[in-house]
Amino acid sequence: MKPSESAVHAGHHHRDDVGSKIGMWLFLFTELILFGGMFLAYAVYRLQYPNEFKLAAIELDALVGTVNTIILLTSSLTVALSITAIQEGKKHLAQVMLGMTQVLALAFLVNKYFEWSHKFEVGLFPQSDVLLSKPPGEIIYFGLYYVMTGLHAVHVIIGMAILAVMMGFIASGRIAKDNAVRLELGGLYWHLVDIIWIFLFPLFYLIH
Amino acid sequence: MDHNDQHPHDAPHVVSYGQYVLIWLGLLALTGITVALAGIDLGRWVIVTALVIAAIKSTLVLNIFMHLKFEHRMFRWFVVITLATLAIFFILLFFDYAFH
Repeated sequence: MKPSESAVHAGHHHRDDVGSKIGMWLFLFTELILFGGMFLAYAVYRLQYPNEFKLAAIELDALVGTVNTIILLTSSLTVALSITAIQEGKKHLAQVMLGMTQVLALAFLVNKYFEWSHKFEVGLFPQSDVLLSKPPGEIIYFGLYYVMTGLHAVHVIIGMAILAVMMGFIASGRIAKDNAVRLELGGLYWHLVDIIWIFLFPLFYLIH
Repeated sequence: MDHNDQHPHDAPHVVSYGQYVLIWLGLLALTGITVALAGIDLGRWVIVTALVIAAIKSTLVLNIFMHLKFEHRMFRWFVVITLATLAIFFILLFFDYAFH
């Protein structure tokens, strides 16, 4: 039980890093169940409408999905690097890495914005006449697409806010070499958002 | 005021920059493989290969980026229990679906 002994004095304040991490992981599990329910709905409808899902997926641009996958994977790397940087006491490098993460997250959202606006232009949005004239399986595919990638995008925005607060903590010294647990927790959230996308990407963009 | 050296058990495991970059390259390679495989018509195996590769990618992110490999064993059990719960949801649902 070595790690659980980390509740020992660090500086003057009582700290329980393992306890903090347990709390964060428990929260991440609720997130997993939230998205898990949607993946269940996806599984049922994909079984029910395999051909409609294939036809509807043609409307998605696999290149945009691939680029966004690379962007998110890279943003996870920069968050991970920022943690090592702060653990080595390299405050500036940690800030640069987190700044890069913010830029990548923004790039992801900009791509998403153009992707969605294009869909809206061709009339593929919930309750549109174009969409409602399609078979039920395709309507459900786009419903799931908007809800699941939309909820994911909301998580990206929340993640950006969390990492911005972390950058503030580094600047003020609340996150430092011997006290990096906050940044680790923020990183855990960011990586979970990455994992959700790892599954969303092939399930929506790569059906052939 | 650095206490890390005096308390070795208190010091977190520091993953090197190189190891992170290596994992990132692996994740990019796996993404490339998924995209390449999607171009080939594998029939019903398309979804299987896509999910297997996604699972491998997630394992890399969980173990290295999320430090699961370096945490106490308890954390791994947490993850296993959560994934098992999700799996039970899926299994029950597919039983229900199969007999409808």
